[in-house]
Amino acid sequence: MLIELDVNGRRQRVDVDPDRTLLSVLREELELTGSKYGCGEGECGACTVLLGARAVRSCQTPVAKAAAAPVTTIEGLEREGRLHPLQQAFVDEGAMQCGYCTAGMIMAGVSLLKSTPSPTTDQIVRGMNGNVCRCGAYPQIVAAIERVASEGKKP
Amino acid sequence: MTTRRDFLKEVGGGLVVVLVASRVPALATLGAEPSLHAGEADDTDRISAWLHIDERGAVTVYTGKVEFGQGIRTSLTQHVAEELRAPVESIRLVMGDTELTPFDMGTFGSRSTPQMGLQLRRVGASARELLIGLAAERWKVERSRLVAENGRIVDTQTKRALGFGELTAGRRLTETITADVAPKPATAWTIAGSSLPKVGARDIVTGKHQYTSDMRLPGMLYGRVLRAPQMGATLANVDTSAASAVKSAVVVHDGTFVGVAAPSSAEAKRALEAIRPTWTPPSEPQPSSTSVHEHLKRSSSRASGRQAGGEGGGGAQPFVHGNVDAALASADHKLARTYTVAYIAHVPLEPRAALAQWTRGAEGDRLTVWTGTQRPFAVRDELVRALGLVPERVRVIVPDTGSGYGGKHTGEVAVEAARLARGAGKPVKLVWSREEEFRWAYFRPAGVIDVGAAVSEDGAITAWTFDNYNSGPAAIRPSYAIANQRVAFHPSDSPLRQGSYRGLAATANNFAREMHVDELARLVSMDPLAFRVKNIEDARLRAVLEAAAEKFGWGKKPERGNGVGIACGFEKGGYIAACAEVAADRASGAVKIVRVVAAFDCGAVVNPAGLRSQISGGIVQGIGGALFEAVDFENGVVRNARLAQYRVPRFLDVPEIAVILINRKDQPSMGAGETPIIAIAPAVGAAIYDATGIRVRSLPMARNGLGASTT
Ligand code: FES
Ligand code: FES
Repeated sequence: MLIELDVNGRRQRVDVDPDRTLLSVLREELELTGSKYGCGEGECGACTVLLGARAVRSCQTPVAKAAAAPVTTIEGLEREGRLHPLQQAFVDEGAMQCGYCTAGMIMAGVSLLKSTPSPTTDQIVRGMNGNVCRCGAYPQIVAAIERVASEGKKP
Repeated sequence: MTTRRDFLKEVGGGLVVVLVASRVPALATLGAEPSLHAGEADDTDRISAWLHIDERGAVTVYTGKVEFGQGIRTSLTQHVAEELRAPVESIRLVMGDTELTPFDMGTFGSRSTPQMGLQLRRVGASARELLIGLAAERWKVERSRLVAENGRIVDTQTKRALGFGELTAGRRLTETITADVAPKPATAWTIAGSSLPKVGARDIVTGKHQYTSDMRLPGMLYGRVLRAPQMGATLANVDTSAASAVKSAVVVHDGTFVGVAAPSSAEAKRALEAIRPTWTPPSEPQPSSTSVHEHLKRSSSRASGRQAGGEGGGGAQPFVHGNVDAALASADHKLARTYTVAYIAHVPLEPRAALAQWTRGAEGDRLTVWTGTQRPFAVRDELVRALGLVPERVRVIVPDTGSGYGGKHTGEVAVEAARLARGAGKPVKLVWSREEEFRWAYFRPAGVIDVGAAVSEDGAITAWTFDNYNSGPAAIRPSYAIANQRVAFHPSDSPLRQGSYRGLAATANNFAREMHVDELARLVSMDPLAFRVKNIEDARLRAVLEAAAEKFGWGKKPERGNGVGIACGFEKGGYIAACAEVAADRASGAVKIVRVVAAFDCGAVVNPAGLRSQISGGIVQGIGGALFEAVDFENGVVRNARLAQYRVPRFLDVPEIAVILINRKDQPSMGAGETPIIAIAPAVGAAIYDATGIRVRSLPMARNGLGASTT
């Protein structure tokens, strides 16, 4: 089936089985491998992308459903070579070890900051709890989100 | 040459991709390392095996170590920059490539910092002295007036300067590495010792970094492998006709190996599901997680000591000192307890992955495999053996990987991908599913530990017996001064495949030891901190303990009926102490770790921010094994092979963590990826006791609340 997607501001058509996951289409057909496979069961958040302003698990999203709203992946955050403030904050806070969870963490964090621009620590912790960092960089990830919130930059 | 667009059409099997701008395949540069360096790597006493400077002054460093998130790409870069006096940005590390980097045993055992760090400091210092010599010759002046700084050799009298690249003009630096120039002492470091941000962080936050599982080669297929329904089952026969009928899928049947490869992972999955295998179950029933501890103890006498997967670790000699039996017989107080630990899974967030490519050359087939393994050379040898090749025709390349924690020592996924690629006649990428990771990787060993001790009325430990069944001999000996000791490791027959894990058995051994010490302290009515200090000889261990206790406010009564606990440990050159405050409810069994203070001493600190992150990360991971991680299995089947069923630490599980770094610039730098994990479980265990009066002697301690664990 021919499906039209808006990914990172570009319209693209893919001819795939509509049941395929958005994650596999992003990674295999569109070569956007920034979104990761960590579990395929909706439990780790490594595959998180934005559908509209909402963070979704792309491993649980049939690609046909993603045609409904613009998709933003980690590759779509940079603007003219400038990192999104949360990407920059992850670098500055050292909020990664192996970095495999990072894309999903940033996308979940961007969505959190969109809905709650000045979250409390508790709101961050609860809002991010669906994302796993097996390296345990959680304290640094919380610090990165707090840094953006306190800088008051527009997320 | 096919363009990117043609290639997509070709492999997509009718797939149309519109508006994907033709872009350079992500892999165009991979595998295209300067072949200049191939073959250099064997001459490891020469600078050129480790370091190359091109005509523009760009420095390439070659090391067989790999980056899995522990931060050595960054810290090793700092060391080279420091010794060579070259800007950090001019240095690039080629890591874990069996064709380009010197042989390396593997990245485990916290050896990268003490060994590779020192090696690269020597290499950097030797190269710097060589450059100074070249400039002295060129200018016909005394070496002593020349200095290296910022990628150049400067004449301090005339102020003229020559860039490193101008001096070497890109020639191979075949001079011998000299032991004569001592690397800078840590007290003089300016680049090492600072919190340089992670090298490559920008590529990670933008999603550009290509992990093995992200890679793609022209014509590449996606693989899947047929798995048995239970461990030990063998393939009786298999009908692959329906799978072969799946459009564009290739079935590879090679002895007992059956797998498929197809242009998309979805098609590969469909083809795999169409395979009809018949399995013969193993002849004997296998122990389950509920009976494993009895099994391990019972089977220890007939075990061979072999530990499958990972680096092994069996066969330690019993350690005997003084006369334990006499000391026990005459003791004021005695205490004997049994502790157990469960099998746990590494759960690296990037599952095992490999991309295999065969190429035909004049001298025969060559195999290149990109894979996230901690032991690239061992995996090369595994490929050589499994596929009947010669080492010279096999190359293993390890991209920076989505973590391992000791779980990626082996090459099963590399061998599988290579088989599929050979059968399909095309490059094949194989990424294990999360479920495959849970079922078919190896585990941290379960174990039973019997501890006996005697303590005098005034709080001196006078006798110590320690018998570890199966979990391993790492950090098995006490770091307390005890005159009479008998310490032994007994290998067992493990029903599950087991192997290395962050900290190895040090976590289990330190849990049993420190829980026991806590109980001994209470037996003689001493404060657990004072009791430890009395029995510790090593000043560095005492220092971390006291630093953690002070910052924690040890001795103050915690709020709201919370409990507090303290523990320490020494392993692989690192000293760790942790204090924990726990809210534990006796009635409901709920446990929440409120705060942790940890102090760590691993000698001279190379990168403080990176080190803090390793320590807090180790503590977080340790919380999982301490409180809730365990593999459930029954008759060869893992019962909780999903992330929804196997609980790992999440944001909500993380306490407030304060880390104290004891920076001993007078001591050699040691690794930090492992040891910080070993003190958290006993500190939490002691705190649970302090809060509730319940002694939990099994890891995990509170999987279904406290009550369930103590039954
Ligand atoms: S891969 Fe989608 S939640 Fe884990
Ligand atoms: S940094 Fe490794 S999983 Fe988060």
